[in-house]
Amino acid sequence: MLRKTLLATALGASVFGASVFGASVFAAGAMAQSAIAAELSDDMVKIGVLTDMAAVYADLSGDGSVLATHMAVEDFGGSVLGKPIEIVSADHQNKADIAASKAREWIDTQGVDMITDLVTSSVALAVQEVGREKNRITMVTGAATSRLTGESCSPLGFHWAYDTYSLANGTGTAVVKNGGDTWFFITADYAFGHSLEGDVSNIVKANGGEVLGTIRHPFPSSDFASFLLQAQASGAKIVGLANAGSDTINAIKQASEFGIVEGGQNLAGLLMFVTDIHSLGLNAAQGLFMTTGWYWDLNDETRAWAARFEAEAGKKPTMIQVGTYSAVLSYLKAVEKAGTDEAGAVAEALKSMPVNDVFANGGTVYPNGRMAHDMYLAQVKTPGESAGDWDYLNIVRTIPAAEAFQDPAKSGCALSQ
Amino acid sequence: MARALVASLTETAATLSLRQWLLVLAALAVLVALPFFVYPVFLMKVMCFALFACAFNLLLGFTGLLSFGHAAFFGSASYVAAHGLKVWGLTPEIAIALATLVAAALGLVFGFIAIRRQGIYFAMITLALSQMVFFAALQMPFTGGEDGIQGVPRTAFLGIFDLSSNLACYFFVMAVFVFGLFAVWRTVHSPFGQVLKAIRENEPRAVSLGYRVDHYKLTIFVISAALSGLAGGTKALVVQVASLTDVTWQMSGEVVLMTLLGGMGTVFGPAVGAFVVLTLQNYLNAFGSLVTIVIGVIFVICVLLFRRGIVGELQARLGRRPS
Repeated sequence: MLRKTLLATALGASVFGASVFGASVFAAGAMAQSAIAAELSDDMVKIGVLTDMAAVYADLSGDGSVLATHMAVEDFGGSVLGKPIEIVSADHQNKADIAASKAREWIDTQGVDMITDLVTSSVALAVQEVGREKNRITMVTGAATSRLTGESCSPLGFHWAYDTYSLANGTGTAVVKNGGDTWFFITADYAFGHSLEGDVSNIVKANGGEVLGTIRHPFPSSDFASFLLQAQASGAKIVGLANAGSDTINAIKQASEFGIVEGGQNLAGLLMFVTDIHSLGLNAAQGLFMTTGWYWDLNDETRAWAARFEAEAGKKPTMIQVGTYSAVLSYLKAVEKAGTDEAGAVAEALKSMPVNDVFANGGTVYPNGRMAHDMYLAQVKTPGESAGDWDYLNIVRTIPAAEAFQDPAKSGCALSQ
Repeated sequence: MARALVASLTETAATLSLRQWLLVLAALAVLVALPFFVYPVFLMKVMCFALFACAFNLLLGFTGLLSFGHAAFFGSASYVAAHGLKVWGLTPEIAIALATLVAAALGLVFGFIAIRRQGIYFAMITLALSQMVFFAALQMPFTGGEDGIQGVPRTAFLGIFDLSSNLACYFFVMAVFVFGLFAVWRTVHSPFGQVLKAIRENEPRAVSLGYRVDHYKLTIFVISAALSGLAGGTKALVVQVASLTDVTWQMSGEVVLMTLLGGMGTVFGPAVGAFVVLTLQNYLNAFGSLVTIVIGVIFVICVLLFRRGIVGELQARLGRRPS
């Protein structure tokens, strides 16, 4: 007991560098916690933000995700179980091998306990495997692929903000229910595009809609003229864009040149972010349907958070950045609840807690690691409706969590069978 | 095979001067000691890319052929090794040997088509062919498309030695690396290598001396592809991932950059170039968007100030004729 007190005193003195008097006063308080605090590896919790800092996804994750992580740590109080929280970040340049080796290095040499953001599907899948092997939590907010909580799921891997299933099916279901019952797909010709198109076709048909046709474009592509002309000729009410990134942007820009929306057809982007709308401009994007996990202008709380973020970053946050905030905050709560940063215990705690913060209201974590929360079907405003920068979306419908995300029993994940 | 290797080793030993021997031994000692000071996974990655760059340099530096499609060999080998390790459960030496064979076969096809042209046309043909490999990697089911192959296991070497610890894996990769570099060194310092240099300096003269230039070019193309495959297959074992990154044209560009930076036409220069590029990639990425900018600036400085590359410039300063 005496030794323990001495230890706690020494600990208090070294960590806080206070005066001898202050340290001994603190020791009394530290004693109560010392049994728990001993459970933290390296006497700290270290969070790694692995993201794209300079290339195509830098705008929707990147520095903004690092900022969101800092905000989460700040809101949590800067320490957990009486120990400091540290943040490291790195640019994975969208390369799976750089990301995987960086994650390994962080875990092996720097004692990183949790890795988040992980934009780009190949990166997220690779790092989730590293986490599984090294017994560390990964919380993917940036990548889209629903494989993360499907066939490739891991007991220590979490998928937080959104996924291809929720975006595509949210848009598919809701658009059909809103009267868009005939579809034409413009699909990127590789596995991702095919699966997106397949998922949405099934949903459209299940809801009584009809798919009039589909056309595949090479990946990546810059000229969509012939594809758009066919879409126009098909007479479908909705032109579904089963592609991503610059392909989607190019298709939307050219669709506006062809007057597709003026002609009475609407576009549906199956994987889009508010930053895409920002770079496209409302003239090109108006009338477009998209699903999002979060929008800054939902309520007072989201507006306040976005304003705080904007003051630092100079732009509104995306759902990935807010999702990163929510993931980090939930992780810290789980560490506190579990009383340790051992990955298995933290994962269990995460799966037993509801998620209530600025990002999700009443979110639940499924056994396969998927965090299910309400999603929103939005339509892009016309330039006349918009009050200015970042006022881009009308929320058409709130999609309840159970409908938005895939039933874990059907996800193909062995953990939720 | 083993006897040929021993014979070649003893022959090599006889041609080396005492000073060179000491250098080789010192380099080996450094390689053995390094993982105890530097993070081994990083070192393994550097060795893979160093071998890749040295293999590439056989073509660019010693034969004067600029291939802009070497990512095809590196990448397809890494897919083959990853698939072999993960799905077929092969041991690493067999998976990597298989990957090397596939890369060599691919090299034979590429080389057969490409060596008929020179200069920019040669580069464009190799680029076009490698883009076809990229397309195949994107579409074929076993490669996992844009997701790649993840969670590649480090199976036991020969079924006995566990490679899952980083240090054990390091010595395996080191052995592959030393073997690969030895192969490069032997190729360059052989009569065959002399003919290659003759082709580089003046192809019509080599033809007029009676050499069947196309045979030499095709052979070196296959050797270069095979060694690139050796590097790619080993990389899949090290980082436990095979992805589209390895087959993109950017990867073909990166290896050109490493080679020019380190010293085109020097045996070990490209290895130094690979080390510099990977160190920057690895240690600057904590500072946000600096990586690509810094590498670009360094390349510009290199082109403006020391065109022979790092090692080439050193050799020139030390008064040695570049080989």
